[in-house]
Amino acid sequence: MSQQAVNGVPCRGKVLTVDNMNPNVKRVEYAVRGPIVQRAVQIEKELREGVKKPFTEVIKANIGDAHAMGQKPITFLRQVLALCSYPELLEDNKFPEDAKKRAQRILGACGGHSIGAYSASQGIECVRQDVARYIEKRDGGIPSNPDNIYLSTGASDAIVTMLKLLVCGEGRDRTGVMISIPQYPLYSAALADLGAVQISYYLDEEKCWSLDVAELRRALNAARQHCNPRVLCIINPGNPTGQVQSRQCIEDVIRFAKEEHLFLMADEVYQDNVYAEGCKFHSFKKVLFEMGPEYSSTVEMASFHSTSKCYMGECGFRGGYMEVINMDPEVKTQLTKLVSVRLCPPVPGQALLDLVVNPPQPDEPSYITFMKERTAVLSALAEKARLTEQTFNAVPGITCNPVQGAMYTFPRITLPEKAIDKAKEEGKVPDMYYCMRLLEEEGICLVPGSGFGQREGTFHFRMTILPPTEKLKVVLQKIRDFHVRFTQEFS
Amino acid sequence: GQAHLRSNCTGDFKKKTEKMTENGMMSRAKVLTIDTINPTVKKVEYAVRGPIVQRAVELERELSQGMKKPFAEVIKANIGDAHAMGQQPITFFRQVLALCSYPELLSDNTFPEDAKSRACRILQSCGGHSMGAYSASQGIDSVREDVARYIERRDGGVPCDPDDIYLTTGASDGIVTMLKLLVCGEGASRTGVMISIPQYPLYSAALAELGAVQINYYLNEEKCWSLDIPELQRALDEARQYCNPRALCIINPGNPTGQVQSRKCIEDVIQFAAKERLFLMADEVYQDNVYADGCQFHSFKKVLFEMGPEYSDTVELASFHSTSKCYMGECGFRGGYMELINMDDEVKAQLTKLVSVRLCPPVPGQALMDLVVNPPQPGEPSYDNFIKERTATLSALAEKAKLTEQVLNTVQGISCNPVQGAMYSFPRITIPEKAVKEATEKGQQPDMFYCMKMLEETGICLVPGSGFGQKDGTYHFRMTILPPSDKLKILLDKVKEFHQKFTQQYS
Repeated sequence: MSQQAVNGVPCRGKVLTVDNMNPNVKRVEYAVRGPIVQRAVQIEKELREGVKKPFTEVIKANIGDAHAMGQKPITFLRQVLALCSYPELLEDNKFPEDAKKRAQRILGACGGHSIGAYSASQGIECVRQDVARYIEKRDGGIPSNPDNIYLSTGASDAIVTMLKLLVCGEGRDRTGVMISIPQYPLYSAALADLGAVQISYYLDEEKCWSLDVAELRRALNAARQHCNPRVLCIINPGNPTGQVQSRQCIEDVIRFAKEEHLFLMADEVYQDNVYAEGCKFHSFKKVLFEMGPEYSSTVEMASFHSTSKCYMGECGFRGGYMEVINMDPEVKTQLTKLVSVRLCPPVPGQALLDLVVNPPQPDEPSYITFMKERTAVLSALAEKARLTEQTFNAVPGITCNPVQGAMYTFPRITLPEKAIDKAKEEGKVPDMYYCMRLLEEEGICLVPGSGFGQREGTFHFRMTILPPTEKLKVVLQKIRDFHVRFTQEFS
Repeated sequence: GQAHLRSNCTGDFKKKTEKMTENGMMSRAKVLTIDTINPTVKKVEYAVRGPIVQRAVELERELSQGMKKPFAEVIKANIGDAHAMGQQPITFFRQVLALCSYPELLSDNTFPEDAKSRACRILQSCGGHSMGAYSASQGIDSVREDVARYIERRDGGVPCDPDDIYLTTGASDGIVTMLKLLVCGEGASRTGVMISIPQYPLYSAALAELGAVQINYYLNEEKCWSLDIPELQRALDEARQYCNPRALCIINPGNPTGQVQSRKCIEDVIQFAAKERLFLMADEVYQDNVYADGCQFHSFKKVLFEMGPEYSDTVELASFHSTSKCYMGECGFRGGYMELINMDDEVKAQLTKLVSVRLCPPVPGQALMDLVVNPPQPGEPSYDNFIKERTATLSALAEKAKLTEQVLNTVQGISCNPVQGAMYSFPRITIPEKAVKEATEKGQQPDMFYCMKMLEETGICLVPGSGFGQKDGTYHFRMTILPPSDKLKILLDKVKEFHQKFTQQYS
């Protein structure tokens, strides 16, 4: 293709343009770092340059990044990481013995005793062994084979890898993947990138975002007419919704997956983030095995965990793992081959994961501080979860389900008709319009519900509960005031 | 026998797949089987960690269990992993990383001031002043600025915009992302990507996975693995008959071949890319690994700009760098970056969107990259030691490159081009007809057969040339030059001894 340049000299278009790039990539969207966040970053820049705004800082309540919001790292974890980075520190009396021991064990498992060496592509063996022991302890003794553990670059990496393996077929045979609405948009993005078919099943907002097997069945049957459904993804505790599924629900999902011959993907990165009374984390693995061999030796499953959430919040390290259950050995070989191309996950993240699954024990020097820090983080989150729910539910036009777990609130907002019209005029989805206005007027960055999916005609936003309590109170107040103003303006 | 109805990808869920088990009970086949897996994944191969390495790991296990072998240890000369082979990390880098990991150490007098000031600068650019925060998806701003300054210094002042820099999870990540963007079309319009033969098999693996068309251009073994424009032209013209060639990949210094391309060659490649409208991908991860007299690293960016605006305003180029090689060898940190030149703005927006889905590259790797591009300066406390360590590593590599070439060339039936740069030798080996025959009978590539035998008899793990590509009828292996000099000498002698024995055995 050629184009005329301004001075009449013919010039050719670029080799790589929007019209001839990978079409799947164009379909990818990821709202958590999408347009509203780009605007937030721009506003931050303007603030730094001295532009006057109705606020002095932008509060990025769009992303589950605990440290960015002031949460402190766990001392023990960082001590070991420092020792691993610079082993000369092993001579330093400042470091407790249990930290040194862990560091030495990790370094002993690294090539040349350095975290700068590539590890095995599946991950450092002793870390995988520690992960397996952790899973066994967590699941009341149900065996875990280290060979079924794959360390990954965050949970996202493993999730994408599994989806990649599962996608095949053309046209009506194309692999369909069931995901919740609302969902964490890594899933929709990955499915778009892979050209797989997204099958949406709706969580029940009226029932605290619970999962209904009848709804699963509806979605599946409808999907069978245009694709080949093969996978069912579930996030528990949920993102963005925060619901913690009951044990009964998990059993029902497993039963459904077996009946309908679906590969189960259980995203459990928030497994330590459970706040509400009466709620408890039940791992899919544990429930599967407690359902007996008819299920535990047949249902194919991958469970995912990460170092980014829970009480650690170490997002930047990109640590994670998946456990695969009942995977076909030939497929496993292919998986091992596939991950080898990228050599290995980041070794600092693997080291960090080792500490997460192998933390200080009651008889060790670092135990008391570790427990104190861990408890402080988790109880602060629990309090902020409650505060958020209470505050929002006191606002007319906002209803907020209990934040049972995870790190977010996903309240439903009522938008006046006139506001919806205004949004349409501006070519924006209504909750994006709402969130953009909030950003411009209060400097608070949330993510519109449309970025996660929601029932037609409903609107939501996702806000993290991560800012420190005092700041969170201010944020909640500002949102409340904004909502009242906004409703008034468009009444 | 078992009655087995093949599971296939049909939409008819009623056609359940059933297998008769030994006890006569019906049971279903799995959801995910070798027949229903993503077909492009099956086509992926990555020899650097392929079957021979799996066997090497097995042998290590057997050794650790006390089994008797003709050798006491397995030497993994298959992979460019310097630290695993005993190379020491650069002190300054690890000091800063420790300070970043555990900032309480900033009050510790054992750390030099320049390390502390680098750590403070990095931490200030992190959310909540913690390496545990996600960074911007394109990478920490101040690191990208430092990378841009490094590139400008390296390229004699040619300007670099930090906004054209994307930090990545190793160079591999950036390379795969770019290839993904470039792939489109169906059938005869499917994107074709030109890669060298021999090549680093990340490229062939990525192309297989993406379902893109691999277009091979042969490097000239007779001329020290140089790149020939007529050969590029031949490969391109042929490929145009069945695909849409859109990208040209070049690794300089080369992997596995180690050649350092001349400036003229780089100009020729740029001219070729401009004329034939190809997106250029320049893999420059070994840019500090240049050993041979008369060889010099010329960055594609620099040459491009020195060719004037006719080229520098138009040729689309992505250059890649990494923290895994050079004098750092920090493979495990997965640090890297790519610089994009003349990328269409809308495509860039798509790229930024795409990388945002994976949130960000590992922050420790980004911090490390910052130090690589912003090392101790003369006058700073850590400077002398830094230069000492850097020089020691690079000169050791240069010596080992020379030693390797020399020793291998004394072996009848092995001929080794000079290891001008990078970290590998890729010698050509003569394999006797009888051995070729036996290999073929076993269903093995002859050079895989050769390397497997070497592994079993000497414990030395190399990668057969077939894993990288080579002219038909020729055989090679790739061996790293990374073991410490005295160990390398022993290694080379064993390889020599093995080759002589092998040749004798199959004469």
